[in-house]
Amino acid sequence: MALPKRDELLKGVHYDEMPEKHWMDTRPEFRPGTYCYAAEPDVVRDLGLPNPRKWQPYEEDWKLPPNWKEIILNAIKDRMERFRTFKLFMDICVRCGACADKCHFFLGSGDPKNMPVLRGELLRSVIKGEFTRSGKLFGRLAGARPLTYDVIKEWFYYYYQCTECRRCSVFCPYGIDTAEITILARELLHEIGVNIDWILKPVRFSEEIGNHIGLQPHTIKENIEFLLDDVEEITGIRPEVPINRKGAEILFVTPSADFFADPGIYTFMGYALLFHYLDLDWTMSTYASEGGNFGLFTSHEKMRKLHTKIYHEAERLKVKWILGGECGHMWRVVHQYEDTMLGPAPKNLEVPKSPITGTVFEHAKSTKIVHICEFTADLIAHNKLKLDPSRNDHFVVTFHDSCNPSRAMGIFEEPRFILRHVCNNFYEMPENTIREKTFCCGSGAGLNTDEFLEMRMRGGFPRANAVEYVHEKYGVNHLVCMCAIDRAVFPALMEYWVPAVSVGGVHELVGNALVIPGEKKRTMDLRFRPLKGVEEEENV
Amino acid sequence: MNVAAALIAVIGMVLVVWLGVGVLKLYTLFGVVIPYAAFLIFVLGLIWRMVNWAKSPVPFKITTTCGQQKSLSWIKHSRLESPANNFEVVLRMALEVLAFRSLFRNLRADLRGRRLYLGSSKWLWLGAILFHWSFLIILVRHMRLFSYPVPGFIQTLNAVDSFFHIGLPHLYLTDVTILAGLTFLLLRRLVDAKVNYISLASDYFPLFLILGLVISGMLMRYFLRVDIASVKELTLGLATLHPKVPKGIGLIFYVHIFFVSMLAAYFPFSKLVHMVGVFFSPTRNLPNDNRRVRHINPWWEGVPPKFLTYCEWQEKFKDKLIDSGQPIDEDCYKEKKS
Amino acid sequence: MYNRDKVIPGIIIFVLFVAFPIWWGHGKSVPPPNPELPKGKCVESKEYMRSQHMQLLNVWRNKAIREGMRIYVSSDGSRHWIGLQNGCMKCHHDKSKFCDRCHTYAAVQPYCWNCHIPPEMKKFKTPQPSFLLRLFKIPPKLKAVQASSEEAEHGEP
Repeated sequence: MALPKRDELLKGVHYDEMPEKHWMDTRPEFRPGTYCYAAEPDVVRDLGLPNPRKWQPYEEDWKLPPNWKEIILNAIKDRMERFRTFKLFMDICVRCGACADKCHFFLGSGDPKNMPVLRGELLRSVIKGEFTRSGKLFGRLAGARPLTYDVIKEWFYYYYQCTECRRCSVFCPYGIDTAEITILARELLHEIGVNIDWILKPVRFSEEIGNHIGLQPHTIKENIEFLLDDVEEITGIRPEVPINRKGAEILFVTPSADFFADPGIYTFMGYALLFHYLDLDWTMSTYASEGGNFGLFTSHEKMRKLHTKIYHEAERLKVKWILGGECGHMWRVVHQYEDTMLGPAPKNLEVPKSPITGTVFEHAKSTKIVHICEFTADLIAHNKLKLDPSRNDHFVVTFHDSCNPSRAMGIFEEPRFILRHVCNNFYEMPENTIREKTFCCGSGAGLNTDEFLEMRMRGGFPRANAVEYVHEKYGVNHLVCMCAIDRAVFPALMEYWVPAVSVGGVHELVGNALVIPGEKKRTMDLRFRPLKGVEEEENV
Repeated sequence: MNVAAALIAVIGMVLVVWLGVGVLKLYTLFGVVIPYAAFLIFVLGLIWRMVNWAKSPVPFKITTTCGQQKSLSWIKHSRLESPANNFEVVLRMALEVLAFRSLFRNLRADLRGRRLYLGSSKWLWLGAILFHWSFLIILVRHMRLFSYPVPGFIQTLNAVDSFFHIGLPHLYLTDVTILAGLTFLLLRRLVDAKVNYISLASDYFPLFLILGLVISGMLMRYFLRVDIASVKELTLGLATLHPKVPKGIGLIFYVHIFFVSMLAAYFPFSKLVHMVGVFFSPTRNLPNDNRRVRHINPWWEGVPPKFLTYCEWQEKFKDKLIDSGQPIDEDCYKEKKS
Repeated sequence: MYNRDKVIPGIIIFVLFVAFPIWWGHGKSVPPPNPELPKGKCVESKEYMRSQHMQLLNVWRNKAIREGMRIYVSSDGSRHWIGLQNGCMKCHHDKSKFCDRCHTYAAVQPYCWNCHIPPEMKKFKTPQPSFLLRLFKIPPKLKAVQASSEEAEHGEP
């Protein structure tokens, strides 16, 4: 699969030219780079999901169960009864088109079915055609069509070309949330065994071992020790990372990518240094070793199942409250789902209170989970951290608002406040591409797989384009974000669209800037790159 | 195809009235029976819609946050875009329903080479707000034909709407603005490639229907005069539940009232339900206080989740935990014995 | 049904809103307007006058004021003097029993009476001299003399 060159990729993309054919007459083309591979039968079986079998999307026969149509229709009815959102969003769209050019996949591919309105219409048309009399009577005039085999393929193709980023929902006059539609459409497809490997493998690992890539407890510990070795070499200090320690005050949960994958690991070093500096009474868990939750990309039931371990572990370790690391969809789950699906929080948890500043985090008084950026911003506001922002002078920084913390939580100021204190060169991307209007990385919602690379580059284009703008205007060379998927996928995206921009988390910069008593003179940042001014000094 | 079908449907309605009233003289059917039936369908249909939506729970609080959350005391939170309590939700909804806040955000994307340009684009907002507000004012203004004595505010509204005293009878400003809004919304569907591609016959139909409604109303007022006292006799008869059909009202009136009836009857079964649906939208009508106030999901409440518990997990990895020096929780075994 | 506490009030507000005409008039039948018609024939047919009188008056206004033309030839060829007070009101002399009946019924506020004065008005009280007038002993008659000369309609023969 050859990915076209940077200047070639968007050649066929026109926002104002639509196909001749009616959208109900076009079929998706399963071209490598634009779809994800099917889940393997043993994974599906282990997860207890229906219809495990060997199949691939590009094949003609998907080996659906014989009564697939009945299953889907029943599943739709079931979801209608359980989700007002589903009923409502299917009913009230007026096709005004305000959402049309808001989707990053549409902006990167020009495919009309990537306009959120049509993405919804893929399902809406079937509901009209199968469940309403007017739909059956007027057919296409009413935008109705029957459920066919091809429709299933189309659903698979386009509901796995949506990253549930909710940008369209910001612009919709009725707040129709395509993420909700995608989540439910994926649930429908699961019922007939249509799903993707890249999501279900991590789900199985999370279910059986505890985190996405199946790191076992001893490996986690080893990994962390390696990171601490590096921290020691750079700072002369070896922070302690307590594991599974009962009676600690705070349980820290972060996406597992933070302790095994570059560049998340540098963010982890930042956490460790910060907690060391504060002499915090904290612990990590090798059982609740994953903040991320690919269950969100599978079904509500799986999301709940995978997330239960966090409260369960907090209860066992008798901690007082939970601190969450930098992650995107983890925070969607923590902020918008956790309390509903698993609350009330275990009795041993207390309303979170910063042991350093005494600030009570009233806004988290029910879930008892605080975002680390809220925690750190509070520290800085109370002047509890000694920071030397010049240690980040080799970075010219811009900040990417990750979809979920932005549009499903509203955490905009905290990370910016931190950034303004830990580095000297911070520039915002253009107004229409940040905060609630931020663009997705193009690989969220479980689509960060290599076989999907072309669509990822297309979907990530609007974000990359904004980075390129500040790169050229201000010389930005470092993209900061607080999301593990972002940190995993942006390096490839930047390499393709805006080479020379590196990617990292907020707390990596905190770790760089933090002046810790007893540390040696810092000459390198947490990536072993020389600090600005150091090289010149040595050469003199 | 879609445009033609919608247009034919609306023209067909005119023919139906011409045949029914003009030829067959079915005054009572078109002046009383159909309007009553349509009104009933409208009210009962919309109530049924709302009850139907309300029958399904809102399992999760999935507010779309378009502004800073309420978190630390020294950070100013966005009361309208990220409401922290129900009062702020009411403000947000008011802004959404009365001022079309979300449409006001609209952007237009243009691709030139491999550069993406995003600029503010308020045209859709303007067209939509012109149309909706005009429609509402016209509707309220019409209450002078359905009430006696006519409430003062309706008379005031009437006077304000015809403020400029253009022509005779005075031109209503809302007549102009609703035509402008409708024309824009229609042209947009025809001209903008993206919107054209997604438009269905059921998108054109209400536009043509309302356009027909407005044009027939304007014809009646400004050109093909009808006797307003007789019209009011009929409409007030409908409103006071003492229907009667005075003689001699022009055909154009029956066209107008038939369009209204069709619109009302079509309303609950079409996308037009967005009028009441917008109030039900969970991404807008819930506060962003998820971590402070627990939201209940009725189909999960009291249903404990099944998952791999710590003790089961510890059994699985016991050797590895011991080898790597991680603590073993003895409580797991105590509980088993007891 | 979920969220009854919000949905049911919502439905009630909706019904109250759309049923405004019904509860406002609480089902009481309102008799149609019954303007008192003078004997004789009007300038045009009754049907025409019912729906078009305002257009006719508009034409009359333009003819009389802008063109100085005071004769109207009706569709049956008869000739009539153009004038509101000296035309229409000669037969329909009581505004409150003719014009107002329909206009009030249909909530129409014609602006004829911004300039014209309907024949039947309350009698003016004799002007009482104000404090200042009394102080300086200015006769109140001064104003009354001017007013009486303006009472005549434009172009009265």
